[in-house]
Amino acid sequence: MTAWLRLHAMAFAGTLAKLAATPFATLLNALVIGVALALPAGAYVLLVNLQTAARGVSSDPEFSVFMALDAQKADVADIDKRLRALPDVARVEFRSREAALAEFRRHPSMGDVIAALDRNPLPDAFIVRVARNDGEVLDALAARVRGWPNVEHVQVDSAWVRRVAAAIGVGRASVLILAALLSFALLAVTFNTIRLQMLTQRDEIELAKLLGATNGTIRRPFYYYGALLGLLGGGAALAIVHGALHVLNRSVADLARQYGSDFRLDSLPPQDLASLLAFAALLGLCGAWLSVTRHLREFEPR
Amino acid sequence: MIEFSAVTKRYPGGHEALRSVSLKVGDGELLFITGHSGAGKSTLLKLLPVIERATSGSVIVNGQNVGTMRLAAIPYLRRNIGQIFQDQKLLYDRSVFDNVMLPLAVTGVHPKDAARRARAALDKVGLLAREKSNPIALSGGEQQRLAIARAIVNRPSIIIADEPTSNLDADYAAEIIDLFVAFHQVGVTVLIATHDETAVARAATRAQTRCVALRGGELVS
Repeated sequence: MTAWLRLHAMAFAGTLAKLAATPFATLLNALVIGVALALPAGAYVLLVNLQTAARGVSSDPEFSVFMALDAQKADVADIDKRLRALPDVARVEFRSREAALAEFRRHPSMGDVIAALDRNPLPDAFIVRVARNDGEVLDALAARVRGWPNVEHVQVDSAWVRRVAAAIGVGRASVLILAALLSFALLAVTFNTIRLQMLTQRDEIELAKLLGATNGTIRRPFYYYGALLGLLGGGAALAIVHGALHVLNRSVADLARQYGSDFRLDSLPPQDLASLLAFAALLGLCGAWLSVTRHLREFEPR
Repeated sequence: MIEFSAVTKRYPGGHEALRSVSLKVGDGELLFITGHSGAGKSTLLKLLPVIERATSGSVIVNGQNVGTMRLAAIPYLRRNIGQIFQDQKLLYDRSVFDNVMLPLAVTGVHPKDAARRARAALDKVGLLAREKSNPIALSGGEQQRLAIARAIVNRPSIIIADEPTSNLDADYAAEIIDLFVAFHQVGVTVLIATHDETAVARAATRAQTRCVALRGGELVS
């Protein structure tokens, strides 16, 4: 058992030394893996941000009710009462047609247009906030209100929210496909790197086998190498994604300010970062396993 | 105890390196296998640590049929057989000391323990003073002694040597043969494949030896 642990420690130390002995090759390999991983990781970060943004909008499940222009004060009061009596309604906000007109007048470009009109073209309106963020509840309520007297039009904003959600679903699937494809690239990189190493160390491997090394002992350093290379690649991918976010955020902040928002792109939560690193290390390990398993066969007895 | 029974080795392409060879080697024997190159000496030795497997017949080492041994068990067999290769297989990217450490390093022996044993092996072949050198800086005879130190560092009960005195001056060759005689005298089974008649003769003056000859893959004496 102690011999086994010692062999592990030796393999690990040897691998670190090997990585450090060829810093340039190590850096390039890590970068290739990093770039391959950064693409799906970056797309995933954007997707998560988009989802968060969309959730920010759809967290206001509400619909607007526009009254007919000829509706009387009493009719409006009646609708107001009926709206408040509906199930799942959190809040009902009334916007009178006079208030709406005043608001339009204040708008510099609209003032003249409004002044040219001989009567107020705007209807009385209610903005109804629904307690539950559920598209079906929202639709059902809107449909009910649509049938009421003196109600001209009911507008639900949830439709486009659902469209965004569907688009995010498509994006998510695309990211998965991209990740799967580029994982093969990572596998290929580690596979090839290890194959080259086994070629250059052919004599040493052959001799170690002749001297009674088990296959496990010979495999171990390559496993560590593959996993560490994957880990370094994962680190490079994180650095690339963070660098890109930093650059993007300057432009995004500018754009968001135009819309009066302080929206910015956030990085992934720590557990996602950790799983990215673990995934990269695992892929490196798999590449090493494939390569070693394939090439160790040449050394078996004939 | 080593026993070859009706061993035949046929290579792909049909060449028969060994033809129905039967041979018993007792514990602690010093055995020379002679014959011209291509007679099958190397092939016979390679069957013991299962570098190659016999096409038919059986090879028994210490009661185990090594011809049918599982791949996973072979490393443990090899640790008990000290091998001196025809091409020596020294690693020139590390010191003399590290070359001798290799068989211990790959089995996970404690470094302190391993270093002590490596120095003991180097001392036995008279290379202790050169432990920090690179093998490339050693003479031919010294390189062969280094290969022997590496073969005995695991304290094997069997030593096999393939042409250990080829390409060596007579003096160096004599030193090497004396080393093998010394291992034989402490009870190690030693098998040496050689076409060097003087080496065989020198050993015969110093110890009880046995000599068998191969010709065209067949045992002739």
